[in-house]
Amino acid sequence: MWVLLGIAVVVAGFVLRLNPLLVILAAALTTGVAGGLGLVETVEAFGSAFNDNRYISIVWLVLPVIGLLERSGLQEQARILIGKVRGATTGRLLLGYFVARQVTAALGQTKLGGHPQMVRPLIAPMAEAASETRHGPLPDAVRFRIRAHSAAADNIALFFGEDIFIAIASILLIKGFLEQNGIIVQPLELSVWAIPTAIVALLIHGTRLVLLDRRIAAEVANARPDEDAAGEVRS
Amino acid sequence: MITLQWIYILAGAVFVAFSVLSAGDRENPKRFKNTAFWGLLAVSFLFGGYFSDLMNGLLVIGLVLLAGIGGLGQGKPRTTSPEERSDSAVKFGNRLFIPALIIPVTALLGTLWLAEVEIGGTPLFDPRDPTLIALGLGVVLAIGVGMAMLKPPVMAPLQEGRRLMDAVGWAAILPQMLAALGAVFALAGVGEVVGGLIADVIPMNASLIAVVAYCVGMALFTVIMGNAFAAFPVMTAAVGLPFVVFQFGGNPAIVCAIGMLAGFCGTLMTPMAANFNVVPANLLELPDRNAALNGVIRAQIPTALMMLVANILLMQFLAFRF
Repeated sequence: MWVLLGIAVVVAGFVLRLNPLLVILAAALTTGVAGGLGLVETVEAFGSAFNDNRYISIVWLVLPVIGLLERSGLQEQARILIGKVRGATTGRLLLGYFVARQVTAALGQTKLGGHPQMVRPLIAPMAEAASETRHGPLPDAVRFRIRAHSAAADNIALFFGEDIFIAIASILLIKGFLEQNGIIVQPLELSVWAIPTAIVALLIHGTRLVLLDRRIAAEVANARPDEDAAGEVRS
Repeated sequence: MITLQWIYILAGAVFVAFSVLSAGDRENPKRFKNTAFWGLLAVSFLFGGYFSDLMNGLLVIGLVLLAGIGGLGQGKPRTTSPEERSDSAVKFGNRLFIPALIIPVTALLGTLWLAEVEIGGTPLFDPRDPTLIALGLGVVLAIGVGMAMLKPPVMAPLQEGRRLMDAVGWAAILPQMLAALGAVFALAGVGEVVGGLIADVIPMNASLIAVVAYCVGMALFTVIMGNAFAAFPVMTAAVGLPFVVFQFGGNPAIVCAIGMLAGFCGTLMTPMAANFNVVPANLLELPDRNAALNGVIRAQIPTALMMLVANILLMQFLAFRF
């Protein structure tokens, strides 16, 4: 039971809003010591796992490319492009991205999207511009809601698309786990059962994205009298 | 043969540059902390593979103390003004998208095609990590094309990269930290204890109860761990297999496939899934990016809860029928 102390440390750390890096380190040390590993062994286990997982941070290599293009007007060009598309709205744009992301993930191409590569430089600026073209300058709250929804569309489409592909990590994990328990299944038998959930995800989140347009229109209308300058705020 | 180690060296070199350039940034009051943090991360990428586990552990503790106490500063490298950017967008037009698209296209080609290329019997790419290696290659290509096309100052990619990296800040290593925490949890046997508790407390006398316990358990444990992969073996061994599959006769392929997706609903609701929920909030510079439930998570919660219910219903209707 004492090994659960680490989970308590995580929860307490987030409630007290301490720096998550400190919280995670404290939780790891607590768990290791409570689980009988000893302090030095816990530090070794943590260091070894951190080193083995360096590949996760490879994604930051794209930042020099994205930064170089941003200084040359990439976000502005994304805005210009979407401003020319008649009938483009934030909700429809994000729905289009959602479908494209879900389909490519289902074909195993999970690296085609992502937050540093696609959402920050292209999708979020386009989603903002689509509402700006319709409603003029946006209040900050609306601007940040649109950005958050851009990231959310990427995540949700990825999660409920990728398992349709037979060689994705989670499908292989399931297959390996069942094998250890004496049950043999083929990846295809698993991945077809991800399809019903993928369809439901498209229906549910697609509906929310269509409704997002109405919500944006209502919020802009409410904020209009006293927030004329909000459109100047850019980052 | 190009291995992942090459890409680690490339990443290490980029972090060395971020570190050195931070030291010269007088606009950043904490510039030497940034220098030390990105420098230590560079050491991890360049030499982590040669260090003992204890050295790597101490290195992580150094990173955590640097960023965790007092935080990092945010560098302000000189960049272009909004007017210059608009002019540049008009000048280059849609050609600006070319370097951005080189990265995913190279990753795609790398996975599909370069992974097969052999030179004198030796594969060109380490067959274990073709996608990550292709990603690194794509970045190098994109920088080359971008520099030739845009003709910016020579240091522009590294300075602009540092600007974005400082916007992400300490959250840059959060996903790696959480993966390491998961490893310690696994070593200490946290999962078995949690799974045992759920199985002991809930009376499994109807298939729907077992399905709800499994799906909600997957989602909740994923919220705590930040990763459905960590929750899956635990919850499936404790609830999914013994109750949903063996006691009530559910189809194991359907139960596991949908159970994993129920876990993904948890991923959408937790700051512990840092690379999906915290990193974008930093990248998009949301004002509430340090809150436990930031804007990205709040945007996802309604869909996540509806999807959890949908997964429970799908498992209940499909698993005992096929």
